[in-house]
Amino acid sequence: MSFFEKLMKIDRRIIFLLIFIGVAVPLIVALNFTLEITQPVRKVYSLVEDADDGAYILLSFDYGPSTKPEIQPMAIAVLKHAFERDYKVVCSALWPMGVLMCSEAIESVKEEYPNIEYGVDYVNLGYKAGGLVTINHMGKNMRETFPTDAANNPISEIPIMDNIKNLTNFDFIVGFSSGSPGLKQWVQVAHDAYGVPVAGGSTAVQVPSLSPYLNRENQLEGLLGGLKGAAEYEKLIASPGTAVKGMDAQSIAHLLIIIFITIGNIGYFVTGKYKQKRL
Amino acid sequence: MKRQFPLVITFVVGMLVIVSQFIPHQPFGHLSDTLESWFLIISGFAILLGQLNLLKVNIIKIHRKVRNWQYYIVCVVSFVVMITIGILWGTQDQPGLLGQGSALVSFFGRKPFDYIFKHFFENLSATMFSLLAFFMASASYRAFRARNLESSLLLISAVLVMLGRTTIGTWLTGWIPEDLTYLHIPQIANFIMKYLQKTGQRAIMICAGLGIVGSSLRIILGIERSYLGGK
Repeated sequence: MSFFEKLMKIDRRIIFLLIFIGVAVPLIVALNFTLEITQPVRKVYSLVEDADDGAYILLSFDYGPSTKPEIQPMAIAVLKHAFERDYKVVCSALWPMGVLMCSEAIESVKEEYPNIEYGVDYVNLGYKAGGLVTINHMGKNMRETFPTDAANNPISEIPIMDNIKNLTNFDFIVGFSSGSPGLKQWVQVAHDAYGVPVAGGSTAVQVPSLSPYLNRENQLEGLLGGLKGAAEYEKLIASPGTAVKGMDAQSIAHLLIIIFITIGNIGYFVTGKYKQKRL
Repeated sequence: MKRQFPLVITFVVGMLVIVSQFIPHQPFGHLSDTLESWFLIISGFAILLGQLNLLKVNIIKIHRKVRNWQYYIVCVVSFVVMITIGILWGTQDQPGLLGQGSALVSFFGRKPFDYIFKHFFENLSATMFSLLAFFMASASYRAFRARNLESSLLLISAVLVMLGRTTIGTWLTGWIPEDLTYLHIPQIANFIMKYLQKTGQRAIMICAGLGIVGSSLRIILGIERSYLGGK
């Protein structure tokens, strides 16, 4: 058996081990690769940065713990940026787990912004089932859709909600999404039907399906795509967090996968397997 | 009658919603709003139904001792434990039947439900999702081959996008002079994503949209009845 034939039959546990080392080492030892800021991320930053003082913004947490490592850094970075600019932040969730994701994100930001006050600077409205229909209902009547917040306090007793009647009262919406219902539904209803600017963050695998909304009509104002999008945003607000750290690991993992593909293809041609397939 | 009644409801409600989009005035506008509120309430009940169904399906599998039936016990036990502690001591924002559980909070640092969610569920979920990286690496090594022109094009564009979407692309081609930026791997990846990928996605989305319109009409008109169950 030739070297390449042996290579083609390599135990997959060796591949798993190499990926493990490739991911673990950069998390321990920072490699500090250079990060280029892409246009969709810059546009999200500009949307948040350029809003009026005291702007009301809606953050929708439409993801669960499985995609938390990828999306939570985006949510934290946008929250930090919003509190830095003194905006009023209203959080909601189209996914049941999103409520806790929101609580945890705010909890981690509170260390940096201890003066933010619940009900005055931010509120967690909680989860509402219904996806697209829920967003449409929020566009008509916010209080009917969310009569109470996540802790069952009546909306009428929450000062931050005094000026909020429906979605059009928000300066913009940022959706953090890892599937459906999520960012696509926010664009289709909040932007297309009610004309509210929508930006967002999503998992890397979702980016191709969301990219058509990044168009001249600005259906989607900007997009943070995967961990790289989060890392770019952290760099823009000069607050490097877990995304910047994780990018080194992700880059090495991708590089390893490319090396595996290359070796696999070299083996495929050297061992003459491509001829067997064609016969 | 058992099948005809739901068909009539579907037809009437479907037509009402469609008409209200074109005539948003009374009575259609108000009816549409009411139907939306009903939908939100029914969605809430659907979650409850889903939970009961999950419990039923798993218990049946344990009872029949199907293959790997032990794993279904883990699912049922986890389900019951989370619901029980959620009802007894509540979640972060809400009290339970036994109040806020201050003694447990001082021991765990947070409520039992939140503690299990944060320290068990979150890590297990993230681990399951992360396993994809290992399987993708193994699968790409064995299956991603330049077998013909189409797969070769897919392979080349995938490699370029993978490099361009990480910091490696910048690291490899960052030294190329400014006037040749179109040779930077991140720029090439952006070109692929912005023009080639987006075009394909739009075509897929338009086709899917037309498909949704078609299948919705089939349901409203009672041609498609599989949602009622049976054959």
